[in-house]
Order: sequence, then C-alpha cells, then structure tokens
Amino acid sequence: MDVNVALAQWSNLLIYSAMAVYAIAFIIYAFDLFGPAFAGDTQKVEEKAGRRSGRSTRPETGKAASTAAQRGGAAGSGTTAVLDDAEATGTSGAGDSADGGDAGKTLDVRRWARAGTALTVLAAAFHVGAIVTRTLAVMRVPWSNMMEYALIASAVVSVAYLVLLRFRDFRYLGTFVTFSVLLVLGLCITVFHTPAAQIIPALDNYWIWIHVPIAILSTVLLFLSAIFALVQIVRSRSESKPWRGPLRFINALPGSKDLEKTSYRFAAVGFVTWTFTLVAGAFWAEIAWGRYWGWDSKEIWTFVVWVVYAAYLHARATRGWTPTRVAVLNLVGIATVIFNFSIVNLYFNGLHAYSGV
Amino acid sequence: MEKPSQASQPPTTSKATKGAKGAKGAKGRAPAADIGFVGMLRWAWRQLTTMRAALILLLVLALAAIPGSLLPQRNQDPGAVSTFIEENGSWGEFLDTVQLFDVYTSVWFSAVYILLMVSLVGCIIPRTKHHFQAMRQAPPKAPRRLTRMSAYRTTPLATGAQQRTAEELLETAHEQLKKSGYRTVRNEDHIAAERGYLKETGNLVFHVSILATVIIMAMGGLFGYSGQRVLVEGDTFSHSLVSYDSFEPGTFFDANSLPEFRLTLDDLETRFDDEATGAQFGQPRQFDADVTLNTPEEETSFVLRPNEPVRVEGSNIYLIGNGYAPVITARNANGDVTYSGPVVFLPQDGVYTSTGVVKVPDASPDQLGFGGVLLPTTGRNDSGELISTFAELRNPLLVMDAYRGDLGLDSGAPQSVYQLESDSMEQLVGDDGQPFQMVMQPGDTAELPDGHGSVTFEEIRKYAALDVHHDPVQVWMLPFMALLFGGLSLTLFVARRRVWVRVSGDQVEIAGLARGEDPRVDEAVEELTQVLSLESLEPESADPDADSAPNRSGK
Ligand code: HEM
Repeated sequence: MDVNVALAQWSNLLIYSAMAVYAIAFIIYAFDLFGPAFAGDTQKVEEKAGRRSGRSTRPETGKAASTAAQRGGAAGSGTTAVLDDAEATGTSGAGDSADGGDAGKTLDVRRWARAGTALTVLAAAFHVGAIVTRTLAVMRVPWSNMMEYALIASAVVSVAYLVLLRFRDFRYLGTFVTFSVLLVLGLCITVFHTPAAQIIPALDNYWIWIHVPIAILSTVLLFLSAIFALVQIVRSRSESKPWRGPLRFINALPGSKDLEKTSYRFAAVGFVTWTFTLVAGAFWAEIAWGRYWGWDSKEIWTFVVWVVYAAYLHARATRGWTPTRVAVLNLVGIATVIFNFSIVNLYFNGLHAYSGV
Repeated sequence: MEKPSQASQPPTTSKATKGAKGAKGAKGRAPAADIGFVGMLRWAWRQLTTMRAALILLLVLALAAIPGSLLPQRNQDPGAVSTFIEENGSWGEFLDTVQLFDVYTSVWFSAVYILLMVSLVGCIIPRTKHHFQAMRQAPPKAPRRLTRMSAYRTTPLATGAQQRTAEELLETAHEQLKKSGYRTVRNEDHIAAERGYLKETGNLVFHVSILATVIIMAMGGLFGYSGQRVLVEGDTFSHSLVSYDSFEPGTFFDANSLPEFRLTLDDLETRFDDEATGAQFGQPRQFDADVTLNTPEEETSFVLRPNEPVRVEGSNIYLIGNGYAPVITARNANGDVTYSGPVVFLPQDGVYTSTGVVKVPDASPDQLGFGGVLLPTTGRNDSGELISTFAELRNPLLVMDAYRGDLGLDSGAPQSVYQLESDSMEQLVGDDGQPFQMVMQPGDTAELPDGHGSVTFEEIRKYAALDVHHDPVQVWMLPFMALLFGGLSLTLFVARRRVWVRVSGDQVEIAGLARGEDPRVDEAVEELTQVLSLESLEPESADPDADSAPNRSGK
C-alpha cells in the first residue's frame, strides 16, 4: 500500500554503498592504529620511559585538550585545528623515533586517519541517504521496525562520531566505530531485513514520535559510553604494564582517567534519556494496552537496563569500586541494552513484538 | 554528594562518610555477639542504608527481574504456564514452588525491592536533615593549604605600578562570586563561597519520586480493577460484573463503584496489507471499531481503535484484539434448534488461522461438542494441506470435528470456553469408518452421522476483544514523573563546588573544590582569576601542559 518501490530500491542500494565505504574506512583506520603515529609514540614511550609516559597519562590531558578544542572552536574550524595539532606532534614524534625515516613519511603521520575520516563522511552520507529515501518511499515515521531502528541508530553513531571529532580528536575510535556500524548495517540487510511498507495500527500513534527517537538516542549514548569504558579498561592496564606487540597503540591513547570521565558523561546523559524512554513507554502502554506497567518482556528488559545503569552511577560513588570495575558494570549495561534490542525482539514473545522480522 | 573515592577531598557530607564507614564494617566484621537484639537491629539498619547495600540490592534487583522474561508468567499467559508445567513434569512443579511463574509477586522479588525501598528511606531521611542544615549554614572556611584543592591559581595583589588593598580585592571577589550565583561569606582574610545546593536537592527529590512511584503502583493494584470482554458485531456489553468474561478486582475494590454504561459494537473494520512483500505482507493496517456508548446521560457514537481508548467515568475501554466468530446453528434429528449463535474463534497466527469450539449441551440423544479451525482465506501449501494465506475473509472455510458424550459442564469445575474436555467424549465416525469431519463454507449445512442432527455454518461476524481498566491513583504518576526528571537532571548536571579567595601576603590565592562531578571547576577558577588579576598581568599558574597536551588525545 502506498510504497514507492523505486525509492525503496534506491534506499537498499545506498545501504550497500555505505557498507562498502565503511568497510574501506575500517581498514584504513586500522592502518592508522597500527601505523607510525601510534608505534612511533610507543617507541618514544619505551625509550624515555619514566618521564615521558608519566606525563602522557596525566589526567590534565583532558583539561588541556578541551582548552585546545575551545581554541579550535573559536577559530571556527575545530576539525582542522585539531588535525593540524595532531600533524604537528606527529612530525616531532616521528622525528624523535629511531628509524629516522624520510621526510614525506614523517610530515603526515596521520594521513591514514585523515583518509579514514574522509571515507567515513562519505559512508555516513550514503547511510543518511538510505534513511531519507526509505522514509520518502513510505512517507511515514521512519522508525517502525527493527531494521529501521538499527539503520537510524547506527547512522546517529556515525554522525555523532564525526561531530565529536570537531571538538576533540577521537580518531583512535575510528576503527571501532566503522566496524560496529558496518556490523549493524550487515544485520539490517540480513537478520533484521524488513521490506518497506506501511505501519501497523498498534504503532500508529503520536507516541512513536517521542518514545522511539529517545530510545534510539539513548542506545547511541550508552553505546558511545561503553566504547569509552572499553578503551578505558585496556588503557588502564597499559598504565601499570604497557602493552607490547600489535596492541602497543593502546599505550598512546589518552589516560584512563580522562576516558572514564568521557564515558561517565555519555552514560549520565544516556541514563536520563533511557529513563525518559522507559517513562514514555509506560505512558504509551497505558493508552495502547490499558496499563502503564505489566512486566511484558520488553518492559522487563528496559527495567533491567535502567537498574544496571542506576547501579553503575551508584558504583561510581561507592568506595571500594575501582574505575575498572565500574567500567565493567558499564559494559554489562550495554550488554543488556543489546540483549534488549536483539534477543528480546527476535525470540521473546510479548505485546511489544514489532520487530517486523 | 561527596565522591568518597576522591580521597583528597575533606569529608564534608556525613552520609557519604557514614556510608563508607558502614561499608568498611560490612567487609570487616559481623556484629559483636553481646550487642543484644536492639544492637543487632541497629547494626542491620546501618548496613542496609549504606551505598554499598543499595548498590548490591540494585544489582540483585536487575538479576531477579530477568527470569520473568525467560519463563511464561501467570499474569501474562496462564495457559502457557500450565502447558509449561505439564510438559516439564517435576521440574516445572519445582519452578512453580519457587514462584518462578509469578516472579513479580513472588516473595523473593518483593523482598529485594522492599529492602531497597527501606534502604532508600534510611538514606533519604538523614540526607534530607543534613542537606537542610547545610543550606542554612555559611560556606565553610578555607582550609589552611589551598594548594591541595582541585583547582588552584594565584595572582599578585599589587605591583609597583598598580596598587590595591586586600579589602578592595576581597570586595571585588565577593561581588563577582555573588553575581555568579554562589552563596558567599566574608571571613577575615578570605571569601568562602559555595554553589550547586540544587544538586543535592535534586538528588533527594529524585529518590523520593522513586519511592512515590512504587507506592502509586502498589495502590493502583489495590484500588483498581481490570476486566476483559469479547464483543461480537451487533452485540451490546452492559457494564456489570456478570457480563465480563474475566474480571480481576483489586483488594479494596468496591463492586458498587462500577460506572453504568452500555457499549454496542456496530461494526468492526479490519484491513491487512496485500501489497507489501516479505514479512510485511499480511500485516495489519487498520482496526476500527464503530461503537455506540450509552451512559445514563447520553448516547454517543465513535470509533474505538488501538491506541485510542475511550474513557468513561474513570474506566478506560481499550480495543485489545479482534477475530472471527462463525455463526453456527445446530439442530437435532427433528430439526429443533439446539444451539444458535456466534462462536468466538481465537486467531493463532498472523493469517488468522483460528480455532474454537462449540458446546451443545442441549443436543440429543447425546451432548455434542465441535472443535474446529477457521481459515479466512483458504489456500493450499506445498504439500497440499489446507491453510490460510491471508487474514481477511476472502475465501473462508470452516473445518470441524464432532464429539458426543458428556461435556462435563455439570461437574461444576470451571471450563474454558475455548477448549473441549474431550477425554470423556467420543469422536463421531463417518460412513467410511474415518473420523467424521465437516468442511463448510458460509451457508453450508452438514448432516451429522448416526442421527445426531445437523450443523449449519450461517455466516461470519467479527468480534472485538475489549479490556476495561480502572486505576484511581494513576493520575498521580504524572507529577511524580515530572519531579523524577527534574530531580535527576539537577543531580546529574548541576555542578556543586566551593571556591575560596584569600589574600596571603602580596598574593591572592584562588582555589576551587569540586563536590561530585564537575567538569568546569578549573575553568571557573580560571575565569575568576582573570577577573581578579591586575589587568596587565598574566595569571602565573596558567596550565603548563596546555600547549603540548591537546594532541595527546589524538595520538
Ligand atoms: C530504587 C533505588 C534507587 C535508584 C533507582 C537510585 C538511582 C540513583 C541515581 C540515578 C543517582 C544519580 C547518580 C549520580 O548522581 O551520579 C543516584 C544517586 C545517589 N543515590 Fe541512589 N538510587 C536508589 C537507591 C538509593 C539508596 C537506597 C541509597 C542510599 C543508600 C541511594 C543513595 C544515593 C546517593 C548517596 C547518591 C549520590 C551519589 C553521587 O554522588 O553520585 N540511592 N541514585
């Protein structure tokens, strides 16, 4: 009924294109991580162990970096400012390093990261294009089944990552971000795949404009928080015992205290929006099913997610909980979020069975 | 609140320190044997109201909620629970004994959340007291060594060219801090300032709102009711206890309080997608019930839809489901009608393959029962079996078996109207010796074997499944949700910090202490330093890392 088939096909085509570009970006970003920018730094760290690494892991890093971001922001070109900074140190870093390489190489030590970011921008454009064409194909709310939800959430992750780059150089996350977005898109065209169509009456209500986008936003925020928590955990290990081998790039990441703060900020906002998702869901349930809370399987898991993040926030303020343990709780949190989206939607019965799959 | 993990900060909030102390106690030792019963209680209370206990209870609550999603629950689907227990024998019975089919009303789940609520109360009360006192006290004096604070700057009081007195400086600082929303106090040689009291206020409001939410939920269960009724097109539902198919009153529900109304289902329009591809084919697109509502005052007509309940005097009526009800007439061998009326068939899948039973206690010579399957749009699958291919009534077919014997209706035991107790019944057999089966389209009549009369499939009507709910305290949720969000946002996003400005010798010291999460404490102190510095002078303690550090994050 009322589906523009041509546009729907365009949407699928754009998804495939985005996937191809994300895949290349992923590989290129990996070159950056394992390449000279991080390795050079590591050598330096190893050479001048005490003084140098002591400084690089100081918590002040974050503060100074945000000052830099402000400077960049004030100049009206945050990204370039940060990129230039990175390049500048890249130069000195590689110059320091023992191999004494040729000038061309040392000049642009993070060219892989730059290429990766450029490709991510292109992929994100395809990705957003896929959402727009699909929406135009059906002319209705663009998030009414699992595929559309995942399509949008992954686009928001990708766009949020690009926007955050303007404030701070997070490109060390590029590999991870492009990989996870690629994975989600892969699921979108296989397991979650749902042909473009109109909406079912149970969803045809203004609450879908409130409940679902906030849920998507929360998922993205909590996901970003979890990425930082994960990096924090591996980074924290490297502070007592530096990594060797291919994982040595970890030693050059920002300090774990800094990462923990970023992770917490995303989680705090994510907790508020998740609370809103839950409460909005209860309001909707009241008009859809006649009760605001009934322990339906989706309600159960949304509650579990909420309680786990409440525990995370408490753990942070409880003596005896080390930052690493708190970060593990954060990862448990994102695991419940993912479970709630995937397993509960696909395998559990309930009123909330709108996967469309 | 204090972050107990940040050890460098002076302990200022009694709850946090008390919590930490209690937590240490929990780790270290059990209560001494000689403290007596009251001492024991007091010890237990202290343990329960620590942050650590709250944290553990939260984690246990999350775990305890999970089984309810893995096992069928009685409150959702009692049928699935009985089936599960039957299929799993003693294992199923064991699970039932430990209330795993009633998780959310179970003793153990209740214990966890009640303990959490008690812990919450034990937490809120002393914190409220303490916060109330803190709000009436002046910000604490500066500690002796300000260099220890999380942000610290100095700037000269005077130079050769520019002179000012300590008095002047402190005056400026005082004004500046006040303007920025600090509560300030002027001490002998310094200004002490604090801001962000709303953080703790928000925290308390948030926790109280949680408590209120749980109480409102419990009260709704006590004073409300809910009931279900299936209504076939053309039929009228007169609101009273007896006309419900099922009814669950709250403990304090008063049957006389049922509002008076009649609801007639005039027409039910359903539409399904016959154009989409894949999993979207056959999905519902429209359920519109035209109903007429008669209250003592007036008669109104409207459309009842999913997501659009009707509210009648505090009772809400919801369209929860729909399906088909074949109209069946049974006659005995003499042609006398023994049964006539619509029979509600329950849809089993997305294409509305529906099952139902007809019980004819007045049949003769034996009682009769029919069990059948209705296919709204009949087709054949690859192996040639009859199946339904679409949910709308495009080519309906009714297939029924017939049983004779005792329906068991007189035994007094409650029976489902959707199931035949076929144990004590015997299936009718056709002339060919095979089990007798009727395959009918609307209008068809089938003769039953052995003089049991005939069955006519007259037509198909649609029915709506309605839920009626009443929850008198539900409206209180709205204000408490607003408070919950307000409180949560304040506690998470308001920065609470103390600032001191002190003149010591020819130096001005400016220091800030974050109390809890505060990403801006350093910036705030820096800004204040800028304001207080003699114009031409740079603040001495500009961060030495500022130039080299930004790229650290990217490298
Ligand atoms: C249903 C139970 C509870 C929930 C959902 C809950 C939730 C929360 C949330 C979301 C925060 C904000 C976290 C933050 O400010 O960083 C918080 C803070 C806090 N809660 Fe609870 N809480 C619960 C029970 C308790 C109990 C029983 C206590 C007392 C033992 C408690 C003590 C605190 C304290 C002291 C803070 C401030 C922590 C900080 O400085 O960050 N909470 N709670």
